[in-house]
Amino acid sequence: MNVHAEGDGELVGWEHPDEVRRWNRENRTRAYEDKRMSAAEAVDRYVDDGDVVASGGFGHVRISTPVLHEIVRQGIEDLTLMGKTTVFDADLLIAAGAVSRVENAYCFAHETRGLAPAGRRKVENGEVEVVSEASNATLQWRFLAAKMGVPFVPTRILNGTDTFEKSSAKVVEDPWSGDPVTLVPACYPDAVCIHVDKADKYGNAVIEGIGVEDPQLAGAAKRLIVTAEEIVDDEELRDRPKDVEIPFFQVDAVVEAPYGSHPGEMPYHYYFDDDHLEEWMELTETEEGTQEYLETYVTGTDDFEEYLEAVGGAERLAELEAIENYERPESGGPEGGDRA
Amino acid sequence: MSDVAEGEDEGEEYTPTELLTTVASTLIEDESTVIVGTGMPMLAAMLAQKTHAPDATMIYEAGGIGPDAPELPVSVGDERTFHRGVKAAGMHDVMSYMQAGFVDYGFLGAAQIDKYGNLNSTVIGDWERPAVRFPGSGGANDIGSLANSTIVAMRQDDQSFVDELDFRTTPGYLDGPGAREEAGLPADTGPQNVITQYGVYGFDEDCEMELELLHPGVDVETVQENSSFEIEVGDYERSPEPTAEQLRLLREEIDPRGVIR
Repeated sequence: MNVHAEGDGELVGWEHPDEVRRWNRENRTRAYEDKRMSAAEAVDRYVDDGDVVASGGFGHVRISTPVLHEIVRQGIEDLTLMGKTTVFDADLLIAAGAVSRVENAYCFAHETRGLAPAGRRKVENGEVEVVSEASNATLQWRFLAAKMGVPFVPTRILNGTDTFEKSSAKVVEDPWSGDPVTLVPACYPDAVCIHVDKADKYGNAVIEGIGVEDPQLAGAAKRLIVTAEEIVDDEELRDRPKDVEIPFFQVDAVVEAPYGSHPGEMPYHYYFDDDHLEEWMELTETEEGTQEYLETYVTGTDDFEEYLEAVGGAERLAELEAIENYERPESGGPEGGDRA
Repeated sequence: MSDVAEGEDEGEEYTPTELLTTVASTLIEDESTVIVGTGMPMLAAMLAQKTHAPDATMIYEAGGIGPDAPELPVSVGDERTFHRGVKAAGMHDVMSYMQAGFVDYGFLGAAQIDKYGNLNSTVIGDWERPAVRFPGSGGANDIGSLANSTIVAMRQDDQSFVDELDFRTTPGYLDGPGAREEAGLPADTGPQNVITQYGVYGFDEDCEMELELLHPGVDVETVQENSSFEIEVGDYERSPEPTAEQLRLLREEIDPRGVIR
């Protein structure tokens, strides 16, 4: 197979498929065992300094905030982050100093809320290094290759751009048509957290809304922590097996985490906490403000329950539930309402 | 361009964003599929649905297809992108539909563009140690590679319309006719239009940018003054001003809370 061109970005998270088969055979249980534990225990067991990590959901939608908080509380550092439409999740880890390197599809910004002060500061002053560029489909299909247990997936993206030049992809000759085709290599993150609507104690998990990249990312992870709005009896999921997106044997830990996506949205449950995100954007303008945020909400709280109290408790969470369900108060609410 | 211009027909005032939205909406044909992000392109697609293109389907790259939500999304992955939708899919699905030719239009933004419609949304300055770090490709490279045609909406000045991009994030026509196919990108794809605060551009047979529509009140000289590369100015027309009905739909039905103005 003729290689036409090679990107010179770092090859992050790649392993020979046989190595990963061996890993999955030796380290991933097939037992129906109760994997419920606290976020603190899950992070202590499954996330280490220097790991390649990825966060499920969509950056500030259906994110696994209890796991992100624990990574910060436990002082884990030198992570390489898969920047797969990362938003608040990445910004929190980068601001706290947990991340040294990023493979970037989308990072350092908060979609319509604007560029991320903390993330940009760290990448522009060199504290965080972008080791390769990618696109959303590049990372999605790097995870697909990993889920499939194959070394790469052929695609028709990246060709002719600097995004390709700074990626870990290669352009080869398609042995059938003779045309150039881009190969994106498998990526197996060491540790992944995914927040879901429902899971049973074994880890079988249901995502009620869009799956985003998670059906593939779950299969790519070498260790997977599932956090769930609700832990349900496995009999309930057996009544709807088609809706189980992630099977138990891909899951290492199950954490019960109601409101676990706060301050992000959890589709069908609660809306973005725009007040809180605004506070984040303001405080992270400076290093001092960033430390103040972390001390108030993360390192200064013992666990996620205490954090939820610090952000307004049941009253605030009920408001966010109402907004998600289109019961927006006449005045107030996100995007320029009176509350802002 | 002043912040508020006055429509000739109805005497109705409109904002620059409202003009861009109505102009962009006319580019979307009925019975088509459109990948949009949040912001103006989303309003344009919704306006098209409520006027000439009732069977246009909006697709969001995180997985939402054909939503029917009473409120605008703020993220391309939030519940409003698949509320009462045709399908709550995932990114792998949407990228695959697009790679298989099912997506007609993709809307893109950028910090820089060159005459072939190649886009930069990654860095200003050096990649290793950038003066300004932008979010990167996100889905832009994928949409620019795989959608049947792309429509770019961006702010125009001589720093954004450049001879040479600081970083080529997303393919336009690369280096000219035939270059996309030669590089391995799908045949018969590429940028169709570029919309700025001054006008709407297309691409000529050399795949170079040319003026198609000039917005109301804009001098033709302004177009060249705000570009570092030469823009072909041949036969062009004036952009139609927003009609009273388009403005009513935007203000009362599509974005009554004025999230995007």
